[in-house]
Amino acid sequence: MHDAASALNTNVTGGVIALLVALAAATAIGAVFRHRQGRLRPVQGTRGGRPGGRPAADGVLTRADLGAPLGEHGTLVQFSTAFCARCGPTRRVLGQVAAQLEGVSVVEIDAAARLDLTRRLHVYATPTVLVLGPDGTIVSRTAGQPRKTDLIAAIAGGLPTTWTDNV
Amino acid sequence: MDIDPRAARFGAAISTAVLAVVLVTGSGWLLAAQALVFAIGALAGLRYAPYGAVYRYLVRPRLGPPARTEPAAPPRFAQGVGMVIAAVGVIGYAAGVTVLGAVCAALALAAAFLNAAFDYCLGCQIYLFIQRIRPAA
Repeated sequence: MHDAASALNTNVTGGVIALLVALAAATAIGAVFRHRQGRLRPVQGTRGGRPGGRPAADGVLTRADLGAPLGEHGTLVQFSTAFCARCGPTRRVLGQVAAQLEGVSVVEIDAAARLDLTRRLHVYATPTVLVLGPDGTIVSRTAGQPRKTDLIAAIAGGLPTTWTDNV
Repeated sequence: MDIDPRAARFGAAISTAVLAVVLVTGSGWLLAAQALVFAIGALAGLRYAPYGAVYRYLVRPRLGPPARTEPAAPPRFAQGVGMVIAAVGVIGYAAGVTVLGAVCAALALAAAFLNAAFDYCLGCQIYLFIQRIRPAA
């Protein structure tokens, strides 16, 4: 009887510990997600950058890679899947930016259909957004839904001249 | 079909609470009930999802129509992920492998909590993960 009671106790304690661990882990993941989501980070090592960056081949996307022409001033590339909760809102933001900026185009890629690109570019989450310069160099990227102003700044940062006048 | 996103988060909050009770009591039966709830949403569609029905009849009339709607496919897929994890957990509890049951219940709880509290669909991200680990054709 005593054994059964103590076994039950052990199970309850284990369950409570599992509950607390799961809640703590989920809160930590959620906080990191909230902090990082949509925050565009510069991609280094591709633009005459630092040593230790990704190989150059990973840092440039061509028309052949995308299956669509590059924008004259920049290209926004979105990786989506059919089961992606934030891909729709992200698509709308990219569309707004492209409509506002001349020479900027949007290419949406089905990450599950283009596993070659997904693997090559280390895309693990959807949506993932890449900002390409005029020559297809990846200037910055993010997982999640970026803000319009950040995208505009990232596109401007990928341009060689003071093109920001017409932003 | 589009859904009221608040319904999905309400359902996730109920799932979180149910899974918390599963962990504390170690009840394989309650986890089986939750697995069934996930299965209905994933297989029959979200319009038949039990917690969604609770939302429609008890909560939505007080809130009014949603400001925006969302596609049903992502949360439906995530319910399928929840169904599989919960089913493995049921097997664990039923076979006396309590650790397996608890780990599965904890995983499902973490995903449901992320959905309810942070509007982050962890189950949706599993889709690309599964695609990626398939051997290159």
